Amino acid sequence: MALSFYVHIPYCIKRCGYCDFNTYTPNELQDGATLEIVSSDYIDAVLSELEAAPTDQVPTIFFGGGTPSLLPADDLGRVIVAIKLRNGISPDCEITLEANPDSVTAQKLAQYVEVGFNRISFGMQSAKPHVLAVLDRTHNPENVEKAVTMARAAGFTSISVDLIYGTPGESLDDWRETVSTALALDIDHMSAYALIVETGTKLAAQIKRGDLVMPDDDLMADMYLLVDQLCMRAGLDWYELSNWSKLGHECRHNIAYWENKNWWGLGPGAHSHVDGKRFWNVKHPTAYKQKLFAGQSPVADSEVLTAGQIGLEAILLGIRMRGGLDIELLEPYQIELLATFRGDGFVELSDNRALLTPTGRLIADRIVREITI
Amino acid sequence: MPAISLAKAPQPASTNPAQIRNFCIIAHIDHGKSTLADRMLGITEVVDPRNMREQYLDRMDIERERGITIKSQAVRLPWRSGIDGDEYILNLIDTPGHVDFTYEVSRSLAACEGAVLLVDCAQGIEAQTLANLYLAMENNLTIIPVLNKIDLPNAQPEKFAAELAKLIGCEPEDCLRVSGKTGEGVKELLDEIIQQIPAPKGDPNAPARALIFDSVYDSYRGVVTYVRVIDGHLSPREQIQMFSTGVRHEALEVGVISPEPIASKGLGVGEVGYLITGVKDVRQSRVGDTITTFNNPTKQGLAGYKDPKPMVFSGLFPLDGADFPVLREALDKLQLNDAALVYEPESSAALGFGFRCGFLGLLHMEIVRERLEREHKLNLISTAPNVVYNVTMADGREVRVTNPSEFPDGKVAIVKEPIVKSTILAPSEFIGTIMDLCQDRRGVLLGMDYISEDRVEIRYDLPLAEIVFDFFDQLKGRTKGYASLDYEEKGDAEGNLVKVDILLQGEAVDAFSAVVHRDKAYAYGVMMTGKLRQLIPRQQFEVPIQAAIGSRIIARESIRAIRKDVLAKCYGGDISRKRKLLEKQKEGKKRMKMVGRVEVPQEAFVAALATDADIEKVKAARKL
Repeated sequence: MALSFYVHIPYCIKRCGYCDFNTYTPNELQDGATLEIVSSDYIDAVLSELEAAPTDQVPTIFFGGGTPSLLPADDLGRVIVAIKLRNGISPDCEITLEANPDSVTAQKLAQYVEVGFNRISFGMQSAKPHVLAVLDRTHNPENVEKAVTMARAAGFTSISVDLIYGTPGESLDDWRETVSTALALDIDHMSAYALIVETGTKLAAQIKRGDLVMPDDDLMADMYLLVDQLCMRAGLDWYELSNWSKLGHECRHNIAYWENKNWWGLGPGAHSHVDGKRFWNVKHPTAYKQKLFAGQSPVADSEVLTAGQIGLEAILLGIRMRGGLDIELLEPYQIELLATFRGDGFVELSDNRALLTPTGRLIADRIVREITI
Repeated sequence: MPAISLAKAPQPASTNPAQIRNFCIIAHIDHGKSTLADRMLGITEVVDPRNMREQYLDRMDIERERGITIKSQAVRLPWRSGIDGDEYILNLIDTPGHVDFTYEVSRSLAACEGAVLLVDCAQGIEAQTLANLYLAMENNLTIIPVLNKIDLPNAQPEKFAAELAKLIGCEPEDCLRVSGKTGEGVKELLDEIIQQIPAPKGDPNAPARALIFDSVYDSYRGVVTYVRVIDGHLSPREQIQMFSTGVRHEALEVGVISPEPIASKGLGVGEVGYLITGVKDVRQSRVGDTITTFNNPTKQGLAGYKDPKPMVFSGLFPLDGADFPVLREALDKLQLNDAALVYEPESSAALGFGFRCGFLGLLHMEIVRERLEREHKLNLISTAPNVVYNVTMADGREVRVTNPSEFPDGKVAIVKEPIVKSTILAPSEFIGTIMDLCQDRRGVLLGMDYISEDRVEIRYDLPLAEIVFDFFDQLKGRTKGYASLDYEEKGDAEGNLVKVDILLQGEAVDAFSAVVHRDKAYAYGVMMTGKLRQLIPRQQFEVPIQAAIGSRIIARESIRAIRKDVLAKCYGGDISRKRKLLEKQKEGKKRMKMVGRVEVPQEAFVAALATDADIEKVKAARKL
């Protein structure tokens, strides 16, 4: 069986207002050191964790964060080399770098390609300065185009941008402009996520105080339908609820998650799934490093999935995919429940598979809830 | 010292009626009745100062917290008069003070020869006090007007003395002035009670007749019956008989309360005390009934006995359907102590299994609900209170409706609803707003009188249904809390009434059906459909909410279909989190009630049925 790798890079220059990911700015790190010093040390810890992983061949590696592009190519390259040597990678192995458009240069991008990266995903979020300001993003929207052009020139074969919709103050026209701007770029893939206000973030506090007002769900729904239409028109086909791509540019790493394949997450707070067992690491980079340097496992906790849970996950993940849900996975009463959604135009049935229509995708969680209860 | 020790005082069963004075205190909530009673217990030394606590006579938590008396008490207080130096026995009969319990009050009054009319001299007399005063005057009781709280800086004793004098026809200077808080004037009041209130009269040799003025269930001793002996004598071990039913019991114990129960050799003419027969249900020992003896029964029962009649009905449903048997048991238990509470099982499509309960009034309803929730740890939904309708169909058939959803659908000829005669006391500046409110509630003005320079008594006939629906809150709100209300039954009257159903997706939700005046049906429909639109979450399809009279739709709203219910973000690590969220939502779904295809959270039912005050209560409870 194959084994994908996720490598978590828990560092950012600055924390964005909406972000609740496991990432730290230099100020927040107890080490008090610069990122350059931290980096090499951190990669040592990651390589030490790698020793515990199975040795199956690797079809995809994904460096996420945080901001992986803050770290020098040589440091990230050490991880790729170690995986190659230890597990071996498939000839078409997809190796993705998440990058901030502001933190890349032509030279850096060339170095990333040199150490093995072939796919890059830029956090673009929006083309509108007022939206970026609310999101607390530091980058200049014009840098995205430069970054994409440079990435193509450097030799990346698959380029993606991430967008966020539903930011307070963002209109449907703002969003149309953002999507159109992104589609005008030389990209192969787009992810568009609805903004989720996570508790504990600066954004949540601003909303609670009444400084910002979240857009209503109807506007969010219109934004989703708009991005879906514009992408399809531009030749980027929907393949997962929030992802569109040119044919053959689907993100195989993410598909591995949704198909419940085996993957290993390296780094603090990273989740792994191996043969029906899920486990995850301690969250803080310092605790993570201390454990590994003391020769201990960084795993914080784990769960072994029951057959019922595996079945439930197969439904809730499968229904989000272009290929839809295999009807065989469902009980007769569940198919009957699904049929009520068909009547309302949310679901189509074809070749023994249940497929969500665009409006159906918007209520995917509700449909799953209705048919699994 | 004017106090006499219990041992040396005249003993029960052998006290000369001439030495007895039976009195009660008529007062409004928070005018200081309980504090004054506490002070009397202290001054007569029947309670040791070490054992004294506030509101000594109010035993239930709920009574102390709300500052009200639900059950009567009777305390025997020995006292040596400061005027003639003789020994006396004062029986203080503590009465419930609320409009819902008028009948109980009337029976307590019937056990007395006099009443202390206690008025807070910073607030003046209130409507319920006035109603009870009239009741006392009808019973020919001697009234002693007393102004309380004279220690307060904002006391206006002259103003309210004039008001009282006008009401009872005495001179302002006849009003005693006391402070229950400091004890000032309380000894003088005890002496005045002896001076002014007549001693009880009765025939010691006639067949026994004793008036039941309260009946309380005690889990250790069974039912404790409070009585006032009119004629003859009651003794322990004697066979006694209830006049109304003829049922016979043995008097296991006879005694007096001073203020703890003390068994005695019996009770003679004019005496007040308790008896225990071992029965377990207060309905076998009903307030107002006459107790006589089996061997020498009276032929003439005491006047004024009535069966308690529920006036207000509401459905009570456990939030958790599994609690239905607990609710049944709890109601059974409460009924042991509450002869006025009636209930029968009912099932609602929306709320599941519960009971339709009948109450004397709104306070009675609130108290029962609160006791069920507090003493039996139940979480309840109650439907909006309603009154009883007597419906005559076109074919002459008569139907009694205690639940609006059972209002007949066919051709209705006549609908009759209960009417009450209500009295409102308020500062005269509020006359306009009060009349507007009463007019809006289908009131008929009976009359208006100034009881003092700037306070009026306004009398209206009002349909009880209008009072049951947040009238009191409205009245208080419009008069800055100054108005007070009292009402009494005045029979049935024909009304132009219709049933309004509320339909979700075409399906009637029984819990929201209401019987309303035809002119108000539209307003009710708009209000309820609007409220539900706010409360019911969006579904994956549009949900029409309609209000209808029969098949005619009078108001409609719609809940637009939900368009987005998905977590767009789904990274590797999120899968467990997502699954757990789904599992949690499954739990949440169990608390949903289905109306056809529509999922309605229980909270929506609670909020739609609740009054604003209820919602405040829920909010307050959540903060704790």
